[in-house]
Amino acid sequence: MKSFFRMSYPYILWIGFFIVAPMFMILLYAVTKGGNNTLTFHFTLENFGRFFSDPDFMRVLWTSLRIAFITTVVCILIGYPAALFIANLSERKQTMMILLMTLPMWINMLLKTYAWRGILMNFDDLSSEIKVFIGMVYDFLPYMIIQIHTAIAKLDRELLTASYDLGANKWQSFLKVTLPLSVPGIISGVTLVFLPAVSSFVIPKLLGGGNYVLIGTLIENYFLVAGDWNFGSAISLIMALIIIAAMYVTRKIDRGAEE
Amino acid sequence: MNEMKAKTRREHHFFRTGYLILVLLFIYLPIAYVMLFSFNDSKSMINFSGFSLRWYEEMINNQDMLESLKYTVIIAVIATVVSTVIGTVAAIGLSKARKIIRTVILEINNLPVLNPDIVTAIGLMLLFLSLKIRRSIVTMTLAHITFCIPYVILSVLPKLRQLDDNVAEAAMDLGATPVKALTKVIIPQIYPAIFSGALIAFSMSFDDFVISYFTAGMDVQNISMFVYSMKRFNPAVNALSAVIVVVVTVILILANLIPVLRDKKINKEEV
Repeated sequence: MKSFFRMSYPYILWIGFFIVAPMFMILLYAVTKGGNNTLTFHFTLENFGRFFSDPDFMRVLWTSLRIAFITTVVCILIGYPAALFIANLSERKQTMMILLMTLPMWINMLLKTYAWRGILMNFDDLSSEIKVFIGMVYDFLPYMIIQIHTAIAKLDRELLTASYDLGANKWQSFLKVTLPLSVPGIISGVTLVFLPAVSSFVIPKLLGGGNYVLIGTLIENYFLVAGDWNFGSAISLIMALIIIAAMYVTRKIDRGAEE
Repeated sequence: MNEMKAKTRREHHFFRTGYLILVLLFIYLPIAYVMLFSFNDSKSMINFSGFSLRWYEEMINNQDMLESLKYTVIIAVIATVVSTVIGTVAAIGLSKARKIIRTVILEINNLPVLNPDIVTAIGLMLLFLSLKIRRSIVTMTLAHITFCIPYVILSVLPKLRQLDDNVAEAAMDLGATPVKALTKVIIPQIYPAIFSGALIAFSMSFDDFVISYFTAGMDVQNISMFVYSMKRFNPAVNALSAVIVVVVTVILILANLIPVLRDKKINKEEV
């Protein structure tokens, strides 16, 4: 049976060339300067210094993190009760509701955002930021609901019965049993919402108007408009590192909650 | 006392149902909105002034839009077929690999899933440009295959690991070649996982914007890129959205129905 392993050779070659090499290229460009010619590069940390010493860039980074954070919190606040209520339905209704909630996820995100652009024309006095929030919460909410619902549906019903038998009321049982045990669902929801929200540049551009710059927009500009690949790579690397750090922290919280 | 309890329970029930209906309304609002306004007879997205099919007509006559739709479908089909084949074959190989190798490869496999799209996108763009490969429909398709394979593997591998190795080994002991064991024993058992992997791959490719935007270059556009690059609001997009919504819904209903119907048929045959 070991000989079957040979079947994965083509894929190993593929990921070497199309996944590992590109990541290496980003790293290489981020720590070098000297135009876009790979043969004449000089190593430098200047790109990072330039990013962190400019208050404008710091403001963009801060806005992106803030928007991603608030989007995530709103998704939890709206999504948690929805997931909980779905989990309390009969099995057949649950399947139905999950199908209804996931169906729009299969429809092109650009088209849905474009639809919001049409709806929000009715509310011209809303600020760009609110419009971006609505678009983001809309786009990510189903992911949060599905993740939390999966965690709650897995929960052993006997635990709740036991908690009632021991004299806890509904509210206490929720706080002491359901909520702690659904934390892993919230955590995986957070990774599915916060991470893409930080780097999003389509929603801010379509709903926030041209002046609303987030870190994704910044990367887009440096690559496709300014043509400064070194600096663009450095910004992407900074963003990727922040995201990895955020994931690390959420996983820590997850472990803490389990103990 | 009991009556009061029943009353609060009923109120709870109303509250829950009401809440879920509100969430569903929010989720379906933009979809319903574009479908309605795709039949509007004016350009407005605020006032519905009357029923017409002019935006559908405009959609059919908009060459750029149709072209982008054509490319989207072609690339999604190629990316789905290639990534499903490579991914399934790789997953079968990986299921027999040593644990340490499997873990390392799966970590790399997860990179495009966990990384923000824009990071995957600029990585691929830098790769193509540094190698002086002109960005085109070819680079775009390669990029799509790259981000689709991980989803196929993530769908197929868990199913493979539940399989009983002995069955394939028994087949080979009974004289089946490894290829026969694969096509007659392993593949039929994991068929549903391959199918759902392919479905995810297709939808990822069909809906992709960011990675296409950075790897396609100038001469090819998919739907997402077409919508993104539009300068002014064009209600023909509403018509396009409405058509896509209907098609996606039909496909999803079929995808959910086919297994049920097949099971029924098998049951009947057994009876």
